[in-house]
Amino acid sequence: MLEINNLVVKYGGITALDNISMNVEEGKIISLVGANGAGKSTTLRAITKLVTPVSGSIKYNGVELTNLSTQDIVKMGITLVPEGRHVFAEMTVEENLMIGAYLRKDKENFKKDIDFIHEMFPRLKERSKQLSGTLSGGEQQMVAVGRALMSNPKVLMMDEPSLGLAPLVIKDIFRIIEKVNQEKNMTVLLIEQNANAALKISHYGYVMETGRIGLEGTGTELLANKQVKELYLGKSEN
Amino acid sequence: MLVIPTMAELLQQVCNGLLLGSLFALVAVGYTMVYGILRLINFAHCDIFMMAMYIAFFIVAPDSRWWFIGFIIVIAITAILGMGVEKIAYTPLRKQNAPKISMLISAIGMSYLLENLATVLFTGKPKTFPQIELLVGMIEIGPIRLQRLALVVPIVTFLLMVILLTLINKTKAGMAMRAVSKDLETAKLMGINVNSTISFTFAVGSAIAGVGAILWGLKYPQISPLVGVMPGLKCFVAAVIGGIGNIKGAVLGGLILGFVEIMAVAFFPSISAYKDIFSFAILIIILLFRPNGIIGEKIAEKV
Repeated sequence: MLEINNLVVKYGGITALDNISMNVEEGKIISLVGANGAGKSTTLRAITKLVTPVSGSIKYNGVELTNLSTQDIVKMGITLVPEGRHVFAEMTVEENLMIGAYLRKDKENFKKDIDFIHEMFPRLKERSKQLSGTLSGGEQQMVAVGRALMSNPKVLMMDEPSLGLAPLVIKDIFRIIEKVNQEKNMTVLLIEQNANAALKISHYGYVMETGRIGLEGTGTELLANKQVKELYLGKSEN
Repeated sequence: MLVIPTMAELLQQVCNGLLLGSLFALVAVGYTMVYGILRLINFAHCDIFMMAMYIAFFIVAPDSRWWFIGFIIVIAITAILGMGVEKIAYTPLRKQNAPKISMLISAIGMSYLLENLATVLFTGKPKTFPQIELLVGMIEIGPIRLQRLALVVPIVTFLLMVILLTLINKTKAGMAMRAVSKDLETAKLMGINVNSTISFTFAVGSAIAGVGAILWGLKYPQISPLVGVMPGLKCFVAAVIGGIGNIKGAVLGGLILGFVEIMAVAFFPSISAYKDIFSFAILIIILLFRPNGIIGEKIAEKV
């Protein structure tokens, strides 16, 4: 569904992505794990054209994305929940959800989708009229996820959704990822430092190291891999 | 030095203060909107204002019977001019992620360009703004004698501000404007077309300045290529006093400046030649106590 081939991204003289290739299959949960600065966020930013690649291609259902604008890419059904949530603090929770649906024309379905989000995150229903800036970090992450879902995406990309959140909230977020994947057949591309939790729910994963793909495999394979365990899961064999 | 005006004079001056303050508010809004969305002081705004006066002169003066339609055309052309300034002077820099200081220099350049263009096209010889009797005629309310403008301008300003705030807070285009002004990148991720949103902001700000220019011309009918400079500077000051980036703040700042200027002259007529000083003195005093303006929020610069 989403095919990345030989993608190179540079910031000034520094190479952030060095010839990476990956394949995101429809209806799957794919994880990108790896240390800080490995190029995970850059990969997602390149897919959404927030950064312009130097070379390589990103194809979505055969359409080249590197020539399109962010707006066109979002229109095609690819959405990104940015790292650090980036909710619109001075808008209410409801307005944030509505702005997620900015490109949609089918107003008659908004109510149903908002109900679906309220059902997943009951807190958002209670706080519907509250300014998003006054919410806790976990609640803001719920707003960010809900806002992305309001665009009715085919591919949902999330950058560190669990960063800085309480364990219970993290559990909630991961539960939602699985739920939208199964119930709405949404393809999920997930970046996580919490490699353990991410790989557990993933069908396939890529391990990134300083701008390259170090390892790849199914979630179970990577979880069992000795190197991954030592480097990213904080467990050693002996 | 101090002259105590009579009650009737004082009331008359209050009306004049409201008139001048409303005029300032109309132009200040454009500064604040552009700053809100681009973090840029649009120095060319005062020259868009000046151009609007010339456009009004050429469209309305030949046949002022159709002044109402003429003024609407003037407002539309001014909006297009504002968008044009953005497309020529700012978009190319924005596309290349130029530093803010380059945008600022570009703004100053655009300002001089428009002033000199006006000098070449219309010569430096002042022209007289068409006077519409219905608007500039006098009315008497008890002991107070006023130009009709003193009633028309505040009402027009109030209505425009209600429309503007509704546009920004209740419509989809307004939502896009708010999103772009707070977080450009996330706005893009929502599928918002940032370029057209910025264009739209310039169009709205310039259209309102166009209304301001028409009303200004009716009150102060002399047009010259530099006619926008002093009002522009004061309106920028008004926007800063109110809290730049905040529309209600710009209106409040405009009203404060208008009142201070009129009242200073009313109470101290001997120093009326120095009336411009008051606007800037007020700026310094307010910024000393409220560095972000009266109702401006603290803007945290993103690192």
